[in-house]
Amino acid sequence: MAEAQMKVSDQVAITIDKMNKWYGAFHVLRDINLTVYQGERIVICGPSGSGKSTLIRCINALEEHQQGSITVDGTLLSSDLKNVDKIRSEVGMVFQHFNLFPHLTILENCTLAPIWVRKIPRKEAEATAMHFLEKVKIPEQANKYPGQLSGGQQQRVAIARSLCMRPRIMLFDEPTSALDPEMIKEVLDTMIELAEEGMTMLCVTHEMGFARQVANRVIFMDAGQIVEQNEPEEFFLNPKSDRTKLFLSQILGH
Amino acid sequence: MSEQHAHDVAFVRTEFVPESPPPGVASGPVKWMRENLFASPANSVLTLLSIYAIYLILSPTLPWILNGVWTASSLSECREILNGTSGACFAVLTERWPQLLYGFKYPADEYWRPTLAFVLLFIAAAPVLFFDLPRKLLIFTGLYPFLAFWLIWGGTILTPLLALAGCVVGGLVYQRLVASNFAAGFFGGIVAALVVWTLGGVLIPEGASDNALLPAVPSRDLGGFMLNMMLGVTCVSLSLPIGIALALGRQSSMPLIKWICVVFIEFIRGVPLITLLFVASVMLSYFFPPESTVDLFLRVVIMITMFSSAYIAEVIRGGLAALPRGQYEAADSLGLDYAQAMRLIILPQALKISIPGIVNVAVGLFKDTTLVSVISMFDLVGMIRGPILASTEWNGVYWELLGFAAALFFVVCYGISQYSQWLERRLATDHR
Ligand SMILES: Nc1ncnc2c1ncn2[C@@H]1O[C@H](COP(=O)(O)OP(=O)(O)O)[C@@H](O)[C@H]1O
Ligand SMILES: [Mg+2]
Repeated sequence: MAEAQMKVSDQVAITIDKMNKWYGAFHVLRDINLTVYQGERIVICGPSGSGKSTLIRCINALEEHQQGSITVDGTLLSSDLKNVDKIRSEVGMVFQHFNLFPHLTILENCTLAPIWVRKIPRKEAEATAMHFLEKVKIPEQANKYPGQLSGGQQQRVAIARSLCMRPRIMLFDEPTSALDPEMIKEVLDTMIELAEEGMTMLCVTHEMGFARQVANRVIFMDAGQIVEQNEPEEFFLNPKSDRTKLFLSQILGH
Repeated sequence: MSEQHAHDVAFVRTEFVPESPPPGVASGPVKWMRENLFASPANSVLTLLSIYAIYLILSPTLPWILNGVWTASSLSECREILNGTSGACFAVLTERWPQLLYGFKYPADEYWRPTLAFVLLFIAAAPVLFFDLPRKLLIFTGLYPFLAFWLIWGGTILTPLLALAGCVVGGLVYQRLVASNFAAGFFGGIVAALVVWTLGGVLIPEGASDNALLPAVPSRDLGGFMLNMMLGVTCVSLSLPIGIALALGRQSSMPLIKWICVVFIEFIRGVPLITLLFVASVMLSYFFPPESTVDLFLRVVIMITMFSSAYIAEVIRGGLAALPRGQYEAADSLGLDYAQAMRLIILPQALKISIPGIVNVAVGLFKDTTLVSVISMFDLVGMIRGPILASTEWNGVYWELLGFAAALFFVVCYGISQYSQWLERRLATDHR
């Protein structure tokens, strides 16, 4: 596939250049090169322990990398805290275990960062929060606490919480892996809707149906490296490397 | 299951089972007693033995209390009134009431000052303890320490005003610097406050307290339960923020800060409080400039605060460790800075987990304030052991006096414990 067809716009959202990361002596990410264009939806898959989470956590500096460079929306990620804060407020992240704040109501979860980081007046932040809670279809839960919601609802709140910061890029780390089967769909539907609106998304997931439906590009990682990337059709029908074939046969094969 | 269904795996429910109320539970005192006190023969025997034990305790003490003498001027007069019957001599409490509360040197004309400070304490503490109250009340809470200081010690009003000014300047410097760096703001604020205090201390004229509105009362004249309350309230309210700072410092990624906090906590926990108090009474002045005579009260406050803040730090560290990493990551990923993440996300949860431990330390601290009696400060226990029991009138009324001290401490500690249980219920949002 030609590169020109894969990208959605010419504007670059994220550039990762020769990035390497170690945990102690363990070389967890090796020579990662990746360019993400504005509006692109990328699905990252690969066996457990291959470094998928580490890769997307490096993008918003939850983990620091030791070599190479990461540029997000024109801002170079360095040890300068100003840049880190700027990038974090532009990049939303959704975690496998939701990580909602259990001592705050759903509404407070969604308004906290806009009020304290973006310095938006409370009234306005609450209006924005309600807008996004409606979008993820749980406005009626606004005054409950996270502990009172089902897993699927919590994950949708987590997505709404990120959206309230009006991010330009969304990162998802296995957002449906901790959910019961009947709840996976409601979260995926929310993500699909987001993709249709043109959000730039990097998504670690093993939901291959989702990848087929919304991804522009699927990336396969193994042992800390990007082994293969392609359009979803090609990726699933014609995997090039043996490791990809093995992986696909394992997750699709039974 | 009947024979013909034995091989029949398939099952389809055809009728809907309606909701029904739970089976009736009988109630009433007789049933309660039968279930809880006389459930089995062994249970019945234990119940009867317990009742007998309670009887053994109450049969002599109850008449002793009820037959108590409340007005008499000495123990011998008490004995005359009792005339050989068993009875307590509570007259010592009424006769020495002001001494038990304020010590024996606090000027009697000025008793209203600590009493007023005590009443105002409740107003100051209310918005901190009950956060449904209007937040504006916190302004009074902020001013209260300076007001209470002025009321209790009297003297020139310039001293509390200077202390207030130092705190305000420190706070402003902190706010200015914290935007760039939390540590810079924290230490910058402390340094700024110290500068204001030293500069201002030079400016206050020598005899400013001589003709003050409220006559000055030196610290050595404080005593009685007032001294326990003052030490308890001051040390608890100081050691909580210091304990939080120590706990966060111990987690710090900056090795120097982490190292200082670890050494401080481990050292203080390894030393008995009584040792620290002796150090306060005889040695601590070596650490201050030679000409400054640092008040004994202040020295004791420093020691007790250091002691309890080390314990509180460890309790809070437990709370911090109990939080999942995801909470820190979610806060980071939303762009909150360190101070915001701690204040809004991490500490509210960690402190909630730590409430029982913190209350434990606070109650222990409050009772430990009686230890100051061994360094010849006349707190409630010091008053009882010293001036009152040593007097010719009341030599020998141990039970009444010590029982009174126990009751007073019990009321306060039980109150703290009840408050903490209410707080835990109030903060429960996890619906487990
Ligand atoms: N904090 C850490 N310290 C040391 N090793 C880690 C840490 N986090 C992850 N690893 C290791 O790095 C590798 C990649 O982890 P991760 O990115 O979570 O993989 P994935 O998300 O693909 O399952 C794994 O082998 C894991 O054990
Ligand atoms: Mg992972």
